[in-house]
Amino acid sequence: MDVDRIREDFPILQRRFHDKPLVYLDNAASSQMPKPVIDRLVRYQTQEHANVHRAVHHLSEIATAGYEGARRKVRQFLNAGDEREIIFTRGTTESINLVMHGYGRPFIGAGDEIILSAMEHHSNIVPWQMLCQEKGAKLRVIPMNDNGELLLDDYKKLFNERTKFVALAHVSNALGTINPVREMISIAHHHGVPVLLDGAQAAPHLTVDVQALDCDFYAFSGHKMYGPTGIGILYGKAALLEKMQPYQGGGDMILSVTFERTTYNTIPYKFEAGTPPIAAAIGLGAAIDYVAAIGLDRIAAYEEELLNYATAQLSALSGVRLIGTAHHKAAVLSFEIDGIHPHDIGTILNEDGIAIRAGHHCAQPVMQRFGVPATARASFAFYNSFEEVDALVAGIKNVQRMFS
Amino acid sequence: MDTKQLYQEVILDHNKKPRNYGALENANRRAEGHNPLCGDHIILSVRVEDERIENLAFQGEGCAICKASASMMTAYVKGKTLQEADQMVQEFREMATGKLNVAHQPHHLGRLTVFAGVRDLPARVKCAILPWHTLHAAFSNEHVASTEGADEPMKAIVGNV
Repeated sequence: MDVDRIREDFPILQRRFHDKPLVYLDNAASSQMPKPVIDRLVRYQTQEHANVHRAVHHLSEIATAGYEGARRKVRQFLNAGDEREIIFTRGTTESINLVMHGYGRPFIGAGDEIILSAMEHHSNIVPWQMLCQEKGAKLRVIPMNDNGELLLDDYKKLFNERTKFVALAHVSNALGTINPVREMISIAHHHGVPVLLDGAQAAPHLTVDVQALDCDFYAFSGHKMYGPTGIGILYGKAALLEKMQPYQGGGDMILSVTFERTTYNTIPYKFEAGTPPIAAAIGLGAAIDYVAAIGLDRIAAYEEELLNYATAQLSALSGVRLIGTAHHKAAVLSFEIDGIHPHDIGTILNEDGIAIRAGHHCAQPVMQRFGVPATARASFAFYNSFEEVDALVAGIKNVQRMFS
Repeated sequence: MDTKQLYQEVILDHNKKPRNYGALENANRRAEGHNPLCGDHIILSVRVEDERIENLAFQGEGCAICKASASMMTAYVKGKTLQEADQMVQEFREMATGKLNVAHQPHHLGRLTVFAGVRDLPARVKCAILPWHTLHAAFSNEHVASTEGADEPMKAIVGNV
């Protein structure tokens, strides 16, 4: 893969901070946008903007075609069987909340159990906790080993007749672990339990085939996969979506309203209340075109090389400990440096133009599991180079020198 | 500002060898400060006699900025009256948030001005202020201080320790 060529597509990567080139290693929080996506947004805003599904005028037709075209692209991207199974939301978090409200509230009750993993992001814990508080249901947590791998035997033992739902990260944002979701879904289905995958960290890095996975719900965000913020996806099996309650009322989710009753629209519109994020959806469509043109297989292969290189480099540094050393990992490196708080690491690396994340990464239970208040996290995208890994290593040595 | 200016030797030294570290056996004021975002956690125990800080100590986990700020704070406010200490809390807050220019305006912060540079690192302002906020909470009998949820990064949540 010609990374130098690819980097030219990302204008922000040309920026300099503190008179040094930007080394952007915070992709798990938000990735950068390539020029084709930016150009597509500009074209929409300058030439095509109108509300969708409403008017008979020409602009509205163009905007609607763009918006629904993006839905088609997402369907292909996930290999969903039907466009009606693709719902536009504001992000992964809203997608999960939609499932909690639409499926959880009507179908999960007192004494029922929901299985989560020990490595979930807060946004795949808190909605389920809220549901438990409301309904008197209970969370059961799949434990993990010291490498950050889920214990499948323990997972199997969590199932019983009260188990009603499984919500699981496809890839952990704090540890990089790629979970064996296909096997885990099949175990859940054996017990007749539906599974939601939080794919926020997977969709930008791996080929996702919702039919092959047989997941019931799949959630991800545009801004972590080279698209705009404010757009997310919820894939759901049509049969489940049909049974679910709408999440919010108003706008496109309605077929007809009287003061006596409202008839809801069909899926997916039943779940798209109000004016949707039209520009962001079109931008996400352009991002999908962009990554598809490179090929997710090639992206995954390159990122794996980069991760292996970075892992070897950081492991060789004395006083540096990697947190999350699963056998099967995506491009995330969480680490600690002896005696130096991650916040200090982040601030000093910033001086070298290196952007990493320091904190609990909205996964406090993971931090508790590994007994640390926070970690420093470098997360990679396919536009990151081997030289940037070297810059990170030099930066870490610099931090250590300063604190020695 | 150059980060190296902030991470001066005095700060690195206090981080490595914090002064007044531990718990105070005969404390009559105690407060706990949290920064939920980064996990900084400070427990402050204070002995107050006749409106004067007789002694104080801190424990907890935090970054270098937070620990050094706590360490230097304990050294500076020991022996001060509550009123004097509260004035320092106020001045430290204003310095860290860029409202007080210690080079040109009068203050009582002495060498604590090594923290002035933190105003240029908005993400780290809370780290420096947390110990001071916790001290204020200890005086006000607000047992739990938190830096979360306010853009003026000082907000007390009253609760039981």
